[in-house]
Amino acid sequence: MGSLLQVIFDALSLGSLYALGALGIALIFGVMRLVNFAHGDVIAASVFALLWPSVDAVAIIFAGNLPWFLLIPFVLAIGAGLSVASEAVVFRRFRRTNPATMMIASFALGFVIRYFLLMLFSSRPKSISLLPSLSQPVEILGARIPLLQIITIAVTMVVLFGLTAFLRRTRFGLEMRAAAENFTMARMLGVRANRVIMGAFALSGALAAAIALILGSQTGTANIMMGANVMLMAFIATVIGGMGSLAGAVLAGFLLGAIATVMQVILPPDARAFRDAFVYGAVILVLIFRPQGLLSARGTRERV
Amino acid sequence: MSHPVSHGSVARRSIATPVLLGLLLVAFALVALAAGSKPFNQTIIDIFLKVIFVVGLWVFVGNSGVISFGHIAFAGLGGYVAAWTTIKPMMKGLSMPGLPDWLMQTEIPYWASAGLAAGWAALWALIFGSVLMRLSGIAASIATFAMLAMVNSIYSNWDSVTAATSSVVGIPIIRSIWPYLIAALIAVFAAWAYGISRHGLALRAARDEPTAAAASGVDIPRARLIAFVISGAIMGMGGALYAHSIGIVTPDTFYLGLTFITLSMLVVGGMGSLSGAVLGVLILSTLIQTLRWLEAGVEIGTTTFALPGGVQEIGLGVVMILILMFRPAGIMGNRDLSLPARAASETKGLQSPKT
Repeated sequence: MGSLLQVIFDALSLGSLYALGALGIALIFGVMRLVNFAHGDVIAASVFALLWPSVDAVAIIFAGNLPWFLLIPFVLAIGAGLSVASEAVVFRRFRRTNPATMMIASFALGFVIRYFLLMLFSSRPKSISLLPSLSQPVEILGARIPLLQIITIAVTMVVLFGLTAFLRRTRFGLEMRAAAENFTMARMLGVRANRVIMGAFALSGALAAAIALILGSQTGTANIMMGANVMLMAFIATVIGGMGSLAGAVLAGFLLGAIATVMQVILPPDARAFRDAFVYGAVILVLIFRPQGLLSARGTRERV
Repeated sequence: MSHPVSHGSVARRSIATPVLLGLLLVAFALVALAAGSKPFNQTIIDIFLKVIFVVGLWVFVGNSGVISFGHIAFAGLGGYVAAWTTIKPMMKGLSMPGLPDWLMQTEIPYWASAGLAAGWAALWALIFGSVLMRLSGIAASIATFAMLAMVNSIYSNWDSVTAATSSVVGIPIIRSIWPYLIAALIAVFAAWAYGISRHGLALRAARDEPTAAAASGVDIPRARLIAFVISGAIMGMGGALYAHSIGIVTPDTFYLGLTFITLSMLVVGGMGSLSGAVLGVLILSTLIQTLRWLEAGVEIGTTTFALPGGVQEIGLGVVMILILMFRPAGIMGNRDLSLPARAASETKGLQSPKT
């Protein structure tokens, strides 16, 4: 019983990370058809914002010493700020180009951010202790669940419900959904494009920063490559969920988390190292049967 | 399209492109020979290898218009074929004890391993491609990224046959530039021949006007798959030669770094034409060498001026973004190199019936 509960919590917390990542990617894809390869590097940059630039092996904690109620908004603001800045400096000039060009531009931007971090901090992983009080376990029905897992799941739920309410109940959310559905039409009906796109980038960046906080406290290290794995899974989640569908992205994120966790349990120990390879294989299988994704969004389907 | 006469004339009209590009590569080789210094030789070999990779990438990306982030996986498959078939059996037993017995005893020359690598990569391109080519453009791009990660994850963990993340050493190093030149020429001519074949023309029609092409009977997934397999084979050959140029392979040799560099070369040169692919390599290689040289430090008077590490990649990324912003079709646009006189007569020939 306890171990089953453990598996469920593992699956939910891993799925939460993937779902938050997929949401950040799907939000931007929805409003401007941009597949943002720089997302993972925004995650890494948000963690490194806590450190003072140095190439020494020992991390010099800078903003990381703030109390939590200042630290969390600070990191979220860094993520949102970086994301909005990347829109203003780079992506704004690509609005009229085709999605493939934008995708390569974001790939290049991600590399620029990553190597900028490398220049400032070196490529060695650095140990940080971010919100250490969260790593103690709690006992629930005989299972020892790390407090961080529970908080991760709770935070994800709050974010998901908050975002749903925001998209459904507010004017800005309505504009964003309209823009995702048909951008040209929405603009003609008075939706201000820049505001909506900026908003999507800010939200996406804040989501990246939330992932950064969770990953940073989970692993206790800062690494310039730390966003890469979550980003890849998030990408896959957006493809499986159906490009541009927010609900699909979240659903697929949780699904991937569940598959990965279950694989970890049922695979023989020799094969566990290949867990991610099995997950990607499973993804390819899903795509054979549903090439358009689980929930395909209206207006993004290719007609040929 | 399949009519022999018209096909012949397409070949005659466009043969100037691969010939000019080939001459350019031969000129590079001769310069290397004249310079005769060892590091410069290695630089030229590196350029030829990049030509193979970028031309391989172009066969799929340029003709189909679908961006692939996964082609370096095929280069990795090829690189490990070189490791499996050319290292001395004794050394293989130490680093990769899990290889089947027949493979353990195999020791073939480098050119045979490159050919085998091309076949092995083509086989996997066929397997992956038959699934991935069913997806639409953007989804297919992301799925190729997943393919790259999947191959990397398998090769990084399967320690009995790939030595996991540690380097596999002992691959015979080929220091002569000629094999690399020949392979680069093979890649360029193969890419050209594919581009003017009926499959290549059909795929380009599908890239530019998918609806019209489908209505004219082009089976788009199949056309993409053919390009994917051919480009996979070229990447596999390049990967094996890459292994022979440095003597070691690791899974991370064939991962995001190489993907980024080859893609940026293709984008900067212009992915619409074969000339763009080759010139992109030559231009960016020069830029990279300059940045490397600056990173190593330049003495100006008595002080050494050096750029911090990472500037090379940042510089590449910025150049790539700027090119995409101001010249999205790349330096070559969609044009190919051709002889000026021939091009002029061609235009005249096209215009004359109207007047």
